[in-house]
Amino acid sequence: MDTQNKHLGAILDRLFRRTTMFFAFLVFILLFGIILTLFIGSLPALKAFGPSFFTSPAWNPVDVQFGGLVPIYGTIITSFIAMLIGIPVSFGVAIFITELSPAWLKRPIGVAIELLAGIPSIIYGMWGLFVFAPFFADNCQPWINDHMGNLPLIGEIFQGPAMGIGMLTAGIILAIMVIPFTSSVMRDVFEIVPGMLKESAYGLGSTTWEVVWNVVLPYTKTGVVGGIMLGLGRALGETMAVTFVIGNAHELSSSLLMPGNTISSALANEFTEAVGDVYTSSLITLGLTLFVITFIVLALAKLLLIRLAKREGTQS
Amino acid sequence: MSIETPTPKITTTNLNFYYGKFRALKDINLSIPASQVTAFIGPSGCGKSTLLRTFNRMYELYPKLRVEGQILIDGHDIHDAKQDLNLLRAKVGMVFQKPTPFPMSIYDNVAYGIKLYENLSKVEMDERIEWALQKAAIWTEVKDKLHQSGSGLSGGQQQRLCIARCVAVKPNVLLLDEPCSALDPISTARIEELVHELKSDYTIVIVTHNMQQAARVSDYTAYMYLGELIEFAETEKIFTNPSRKETEDYITGKFG
Amino acid sequence: MSHLNARYMRRKLVNKLTLSIATATVIFALFFLVWILWTLFAHGFSYINIGVFTKMTPPPGSSGGLLNAIVGSLYMVAAATAIGTPVGILAGTYLAEYGKTGWLAPTTRFINDILLSAPSIVIGLFVYEVAVHHVGHFSGWAGSLALSLIVIPVVVRTTENMLQLVPSSLREAAAALGAPYWKVVTNVVYRSARAGIMTGLLLAVARISGETAPLLFTALNNQFWSSDMSHPISSLAVVIFQFAMSPYEDWQHLAWAGALIITLFVLTLNILARTVLRPGQESS
Repeated sequence: MDTQNKHLGAILDRLFRRTTMFFAFLVFILLFGIILTLFIGSLPALKAFGPSFFTSPAWNPVDVQFGGLVPIYGTIITSFIAMLIGIPVSFGVAIFITELSPAWLKRPIGVAIELLAGIPSIIYGMWGLFVFAPFFADNCQPWINDHMGNLPLIGEIFQGPAMGIGMLTAGIILAIMVIPFTSSVMRDVFEIVPGMLKESAYGLGSTTWEVVWNVVLPYTKTGVVGGIMLGLGRALGETMAVTFVIGNAHELSSSLLMPGNTISSALANEFTEAVGDVYTSSLITLGLTLFVITFIVLALAKLLLIRLAKREGTQS
Repeated sequence: MSIETPTPKITTTNLNFYYGKFRALKDINLSIPASQVTAFIGPSGCGKSTLLRTFNRMYELYPKLRVEGQILIDGHDIHDAKQDLNLLRAKVGMVFQKPTPFPMSIYDNVAYGIKLYENLSKVEMDERIEWALQKAAIWTEVKDKLHQSGSGLSGGQQQRLCIARCVAVKPNVLLLDEPCSALDPISTARIEELVHELKSDYTIVIVTHNMQQAARVSDYTAYMYLGELIEFAETEKIFTNPSRKETEDYITGKFG
Repeated sequence: MSHLNARYMRRKLVNKLTLSIATATVIFALFFLVWILWTLFAHGFSYINIGVFTKMTPPPGSSGGLLNAIVGSLYMVAAATAIGTPVGILAGTYLAEYGKTGWLAPTTRFINDILLSAPSIVIGLFVYEVAVHHVGHFSGWAGSLALSLIVIPVVVRTTENMLQLVPSSLREAAAALGAPYWKVVTNVVYRSARAGIMTGLLLAVARISGETAPLLFTALNNQFWSSDMSHPISSLAVVIFQFAMSPYEDWQHLAWAGALIITLFVLTLNILARTVLRPGQESS
């Protein structure tokens, strides 16, 4: 009886272990499932256009001519703008929370930043379309046109009609969405800097800024880059907020004030209406491209964060 | 309580320290003599590190910590509104329990503090760095790898690098907060030797939980217990003929 | 001495300047939070009325509500949570309890973290290919499946983290009483990690409640009352998208009302998860 019980226990133990392993494996193959499925879905388009799909700006459902250049360009440009604004702001927020904020203010600010992350992206999109874009068109774009449109070399990217929507608007909204993610990673890695290390720098007479810039930042370099990449991953893949304000135009434009397109908004706008295999397949190819780009960015982010965590582990 | 000392460098008057509501230092009156080594000893939690950290106002980095009373360095009140905090800290160097090399090269570690206040030419800077590393008795070990990372050194070397970094700014007080607690006996011996050599130029205050160390390196010793200064005298007197019963119990190991 | 002073003054100035900028960035971020929420409340409240909760989505130009969309969302979120939770908890259990050896656990952990931030529209595309394209029509189940694929990584991550916070002495104590390991995990470990796992679950629900992109080509939309999950079904997020982008004012008004409802729901879940069920921060 007793031995039988033991036997049963061992069997159930193995069963439980196997079950959890099966589901872990499910998560594991999900990634390959996604890549494989999307790859099969993109075959018709890849067969039709070959590698030139990625360099062609064509997008013509009537003649069945498709190329991914415009949305890929738009995805990269909007994310670049988002990073240009998002990185310094996130850095500032993280510095404020870890080094400047009085203790009682830390939590409320943390919660507020979390709220910013919690707001559904569709709300950002609506706010962008109905509130921010008109505001931007009336108050900022004329100024940008007048003051930056005439600059040598870069002037061209700031010229255009004050419509409110466009790549710059999309980039700014993405920046706001990225701030909570990037700043919370930066805050977390800043907090692992040993107090004694910071004290040594203060002990030499450093100012707070010098401690941050010369000690905290070099110490957490990899983690900070990881946080930035995490934010970049978000920006690249964000759909709804961008779709509302990007303008959905399949035209390559040098101006940031002109409407454009991103991979995700092209999918959101056109996928259900796409007629014919090649059209659908072209959109899936774009989706696969987006997934591969974000995969690389996020994988790099993870590797950097893991490296920092490992170094932490060996030191303490 | 106070005794006759040669020119005091640091003087505290009725110094109290609070962690929130907890009173961690109780009416400390102490005169630390210039160009001598003073050791703070006592059981864990007696306030010796806390006292040390009031001398460069390091506690101000953290909320809810508060000082009452007066601390004079060279006769100037360090809590005076006119006293600049960063200049104070540049004048009062500090070395911590664990080595804290900054994430940069050995050269840059030492140069870091200098660059905060002085604009030296490349040659002058090189000279100053060599001087500081010589002072900290680590020059011969690192002179061929000045541009390698400071974290590649052994623990004892790192700690001497931190001392060099302090010395490089030319402070006149050195605060050592259990500088050997993370080191092996050989490295400890080298640091102790170093303390001995440095005392002609600096007023050194060392916190240690190791009584033999206090006896070996210091000229004066303060015994603290539960936030109070029990006894302060020449080291020799403390260890051979303490005037208080509590001190004697601690020295002779009767104390738990 | 004078050059020292000049240098020092400059350093102090730089310090003041940079720290002021850091403070300004916080104000910048909070400013947008307030602006967005204020817009949402100002517009949303003026269009919320009882009809929003009792009437179906209208054709353009007539009055109506969001009832079918709200119900559709609830159905799909519930189904997605029901699918995603057990999968996520079991996979997370493997990572935390059995993941100390072998290649599967570290690799899965890595992949899971990537899936956690994978673009949700790509998840929608994937589910379209496997559950819509081959079946031949859009359905509520496909929508739920897409949402569950977003739930799973969140639950895996929190389960693993929360199980790791359970002290090993607790496991040892249970095992020392003679309990087999599966009982140790299900009876003791799960129980002490319950609050933490619930937090993760709430956050996952909050996340999918506002998701729009993965539903666009899985559940599609449905203008009428439907509780049939094997057919296209309406959801609040997709209706908001469609109505907000439309030129009809009635629809835009309903979109604002819907946006307010969805945000209040999501933020309430967020706050609930982070305050009421806050996992023992002291123990971590």
